[in-house]
Amino acid sequence: MPADDVALVDRLRAGDQAAFAAVVRQWSPAMLRVARAYVRTHASAEEVVQEAWLGVVRGLDGFEGRAELRTWVFRILVNTARRRGRTDSRTNAELGGPTVDPDRFRDDDDPYPGHWRPDAAPVDWGPEPVVLAAEFRCVLERALAELPERQRAVVELRDIHGFDREEVCRLLDLTEANQRVLLHRGRARLRGVLEGVLP
Amino acid sequence: MTQPGATPRDIACIELVEMLTDYLEGALPPSEVAAVEAHLDTCPLCRTYLAQMRATIRAVGSVPVETLSDEAYDTLLAAFRDRSR
Repeated sequence: MPADDVALVDRLRAGDQAAFAAVVRQWSPAMLRVARAYVRTHASAEEVVQEAWLGVVRGLDGFEGRAELRTWVFRILVNTARRRGRTDSRTNAELGGPTVDPDRFRDDDDPYPGHWRPDAAPVDWGPEPVVLAAEFRCVLERALAELPERQRAVVELRDIHGFDREEVCRLLDLTEANQRVLLHRGRARLRGVLEGVLP
Repeated sequence: MTQPGATPRDIACIELVEMLTDYLEGALPPSEVAAVEAHLDTCPLCRTYLAQMRATIRAVGSVPVETLSDEAYDTLLAAFRDRSR
């Protein structure tokens, strides 16, 4: 167990409320995203996260530190979510089709089939700070909320919470290939949304 | 298998845009990496598209995330306090 974890686990076992509040605040957003990929509603996902934390509280004394604390917490979360979750595989519906409108590319009878049409090609967005402006953050926040749940979970876990791909595959029960497809479709969708609002 | 030094296969833009995440993730075989890079070398429009994907990824990183309701936090903190008693 990493040294930071040892200290944290000691504080939690000693009943340090500030330490507990801090980890709950830090990890719950990612936990919600994972849970939401298993259950149908935000309310159920919130219940799953709550139930998982209660499991963590009960299990703290028995935690042996063979895994990192975060890994252990997320394992409890996934087990809780699986018990509550659906069994249908919605993933397939989130995997198909092109991510860029095929009409933006030249036809097969063109000398350059499949290349960008000049009138529909991507246009330079200018310096990056433009894209990072607060107004576009709001646009992205809405666009993320509209992604299919597994796409959203993969994009947020990877690009916001910084989880690595193996962790995301484990948490969401995805193959590496499907994880990449969901990431690709989610990111491409968000790029398209930004393209629609940028000058 | 592409031989070293062989000319990479031609990719059209419509195909390239669907390969970029695999490319960024390091999931493409070397011959396909060469094909993507050969296309990018000659296609400023796809370079723009790739730059937009990268900018999108960085912009997503700064989006505020949904979290638990205050009631849920309070419930959890209460449960933690009870445990400590």
